[in-house]
Amino acid sequence: MASAEEASRPFAGLSDVSISEDIPVEGDISVPMSSSRRDDEFSTLDEPVKETILRDLRAVGNKFIHVLYPKRSSALLRDWDLWGPLLLCVTLALLLQGGAADSDDQGGPQFAEVFVIIWFGSIIITLNSKLLGGTISFFQSLCVLGYCIMPLTAAMAVCRIVLVGGTGTVSFAVRLVVVTASFGWSTFASTAFLADSQPPNRKALVVYPVFLFYFVIGWMILTFSPSQ
Amino acid sequence: MSSGSGNRNTNTEPWGSFDDNLIQGSSSAVVDMENMDDTSGSSFEDMGEMHQRMKEEEEVSAEAAATEDDTVEDGEFLGMKGIKGQLGRQVADEVWQAGKRQASKAFNLYANIDILRPYFDVEPAQVRSRLMESMIPVRMINFPQKIAGELYGPLMLVFTLVAILLHGMKTSGTVIREGTLMGTAIGTCFGYWLGVSSFIYFLAYLVNAQITMLQMLSLLGYGLFGHCVVLLVTYNIHFHFLFYILWLLFGGLSTLRMVAALLSRTVGQTPRLLLCGTLSVLHMLFLLYLHFAYHKIVEGLLDSLEGPNLAPMQRVARDVPELTLNVTMRTLGTLMRAH
Repeated sequence: MASAEEASRPFAGLSDVSISEDIPVEGDISVPMSSSRRDDEFSTLDEPVKETILRDLRAVGNKFIHVLYPKRSSALLRDWDLWGPLLLCVTLALLLQGGAADSDDQGGPQFAEVFVIIWFGSIIITLNSKLLGGTISFFQSLCVLGYCIMPLTAAMAVCRIVLVGGTGTVSFAVRLVVVTASFGWSTFASTAFLADSQPPNRKALVVYPVFLFYFVIGWMILTFSPSQ
Repeated sequence: MSSGSGNRNTNTEPWGSFDDNLIQGSSSAVVDMENMDDTSGSSFEDMGEMHQRMKEEEEVSAEAAATEDDTVEDGEFLGMKGIKGQLGRQVADEVWQAGKRQASKAFNLYANIDILRPYFDVEPAQVRSRLMESMIPVRMINFPQKIAGELYGPLMLVFTLVAILLHGMKTSGTVIREGTLMGTAIGTCFGYWLGVSSFIYFLAYLVNAQITMLQMLSLLGYGLFGHCVVLLVTYNIHFHFLFYILWLLFGGLSTLRMVAALLSRTVGQTPRLLLCGTLSVLHMLFLLYLHFAYHKIVEGLLDSLEGPNLAPMQRVARDVPELTLNVTMRTLGTLMRAH
């Protein structure tokens, strides 16, 4: 209490601010810390571009690793970013191109279609989980769902490689196994992050749309056939 | 709710009483009258609006006062400092505040998803039981049946139907000329759910049936469960006899359930006939349409058509009579040969 009063003497002019002194204040609000923080802000502006990009790439890579081994960590949630989902979305959409899209048959998904499915699907799942009483924020949820597309993107790359070898029954069986495994992995990874933020008896209600979402993406990957 | 302008009672409620700011300022009378004639929505919204308006008026008058002071002080420097001077900064600040106010007003108005929160308040066990009940017609039509007003189940069923439709379209090699597979699937399913619900609600409003829009959306949404089951089975097992049997069975059961619920809430023979007839026709025909429009019919049949330049709809119109005949003849033929 005495130290609080001493610290507040330079701020005596602000006595009409309505914070009473007997309420303990938490956090770093003393002056010396704030000035050094301001120095930090300026220093990130002055650093070379390579450092900034590498820092962001390292953060994205770190989150990829968290998706590969989904355990209950808050890394994805705490420092959410949307770079990873964007990268994955663009990669997936590019890989799904060139599939019978050159001929008259428009059966292959267009680039914009994949984008719209992924982003609007994520938005709808996020809204659904918020409406069901979830404690996770909008962008955190988008971040988690986007990062968990990674197994499916990897499966798409594997499918493209397998399809180089041919489109017979064997290749279909291999692709089916790979896509199913990665679909299960994606769903499991995202529920490991999302389900924690829900009340315990409603987990199934949140998991089902996630299941549908990854199912549709997995279906798009599985039914991809390259142009002859 | 709204106090007269002559009342000088200064109640200090937590949200700030009416009188403090309505009397001050030259435009208070106009504001007061507007609020008194405001018939929009609930009284709670009115109070919120009024409070918001009062807060804004305070802010605007405070800023106007601040600007006045500054312009009086810096008037002589205007020519020398221009944009970078005190006045410029003040104007920029005001523009920023105004923009922020507009944005937060729009956000609070349109992005307030808490309006929908009560409709998603369900447990998994409830959803499961409602899915099962959607196939079981209830015979009590003399007393209004209870219809759950939730949106989670119907929304998930519509998305499931979209996924099943996509699967059917892809495995049948449907060609969509103008548009995309995904867009067509989503448009069809959501269009049916929202459009037919609105249409039946409109008819119900005309014949004075006791049903709300939410209940209609919920009823029709759960009625799509039968469609999902039928399509899931028949997009993978291509026997048309099977489809017709399932169409009558599941489609019929879910239609009967919806019809019974509507009957219990409508009075009079003609209104009941109109409402229930329309709903059953639309519901059954939708399942028929979904099966035939987005599904490869029989392989041999496609060779006789003109080629892939036809829209799916045209294929349906020509095929249905030939189709049943072909399938019937073929199955009869195989049966006879087997014996």
